[in-house]
Amino acid sequence: MIPALLAIVRREVRLSLREGWQAATALLFFILVVMLLAFGIGPDPVLLRRVAPGALWTAALLSCLLSLDRIFAADHYDGMLDRLLASPVPAEGTALAKMLAHWLTTGLPLTVFSPAAGLLMNVPAAVMPVMVASLAIGTLLLTLVGGAMAALMAGSRRGGLTIALLTLPLYVPVLIFGAGALDKALAGKEAGHAVLFLAALLCAALPLAPLGAAAALRE
Amino acid sequence: MVILFAWGLYLALWASPPDYQQGDTVRIMYVHVPAAWMAMAIYAAMAVAAVIGFVWRHPLAELFVQAAAPIGAVFTAVCLVTGSFWGRPMWGAWWVWDARLTSVLILFFLYVGYIELSRSFDDPAKGLRAGAILVMAGAINLPIIKFSVEWWNTLHQPASILRMGGPLVDPSMLHPLLVMAAAYLCLFVTLVTMRLETALLQRRARQRRLARG
Repeated sequence: MIPALLAIVRREVRLSLREGWQAATALLFFILVVMLLAFGIGPDPVLLRRVAPGALWTAALLSCLLSLDRIFAADHYDGMLDRLLASPVPAEGTALAKMLAHWLTTGLPLTVFSPAAGLLMNVPAAVMPVMVASLAIGTLLLTLVGGAMAALMAGSRRGGLTIALLTLPLYVPVLIFGAGALDKALAGKEAGHAVLFLAALLCAALPLAPLGAAAALRE
Repeated sequence: MVILFAWGLYLALWASPPDYQQGDTVRIMYVHVPAAWMAMAIYAAMAVAAVIGFVWRHPLAELFVQAAAPIGAVFTAVCLVTGSFWGRPMWGAWWVWDARLTSVLILFFLYVGYIELSRSFDDPAKGLRAGAILVMAGAINLPIIKFSVEWWNTLHQPASILRMGGPLVDPSMLHPLLVMAAAYLCLFVTLVTMRLETALLQRRARQRRLARG
């Protein structure tokens, strides 16, 4: 079963790399939102550093949201999803593999290049490890929660905006703890437990999100 | 229901004493608190019905979830708006980013999200089932709302009715509050019954139309 799941992941990543440079789009969108926020707030470095946690996390949230409807919708329309569900691979496995592929093409590049966005917001280098760690955990969490919502919406007439309406309220805890970790690190305090809390949320979402998504896909 | 509302509003607006600290603003509470109770109770009922509909495939349970959702959304909105009216003179702000307020706001978005999701499919049955999954997932918000005033140090006052050692509220204020809560509950039951009846009639009308061809 593991090779089958890896094959699904490989297929998804290859598709998104070939057909639309999705990875680069999500990353560019992330940097652009950070840039827009910095323009809107003004160039004051102290103020920028003060609002950096909220700005960076909001940008990460929005850029994860951007491609959620692509996880299941495209395969639903051309019938590929029915084939995958009819295969011996359990629906939970398919859902998890597709979500992981989504994270590899959006969350991971965003995490890798987040120090660049951090520099735009005047985040000191000492805080970068906390930022990268919290974003790595947090973006995977965002993909899992959003992926479950996207599975609910697979086959509906309405696309992206409805997914945003469903998903954004559920993103609030991730935003609070992610930005909280960064906030603490910026203030020079111990940020470890906020990151650990994110990791705990991830441990809960890792089995639950594919279960929910599979229940929705089977309908 | 009308009698309960008239009686409750009379008690709340005229017959109950003004608060010694808050003055007449305390009367907002008689509208605000029952609305908050109903907002949570309706969501809890929807979550239970969603589980029943999901596990035993009871057709009425899913229809109940759909019938109750807009009513719950309105109660949540009433709770938020009246809370805001109360917060302006009392806290000096229309809105504070407090755990209780934020979690109720999320509850409102869950209601709206459910309504949007359940209507976005060509096949209504599929929308109902997708919505039921969302309602079950969103139920995690209910304990967060209930205990938000205890887990975090918030501006919103902690529970004063259902607590160890009896209610803290004076009977002269508790009485109108409970009458208003009963009135709200009756309103909900009436509205949800009407909406369920309508949904069943609509379903029957569609079947007749299909049978005639």
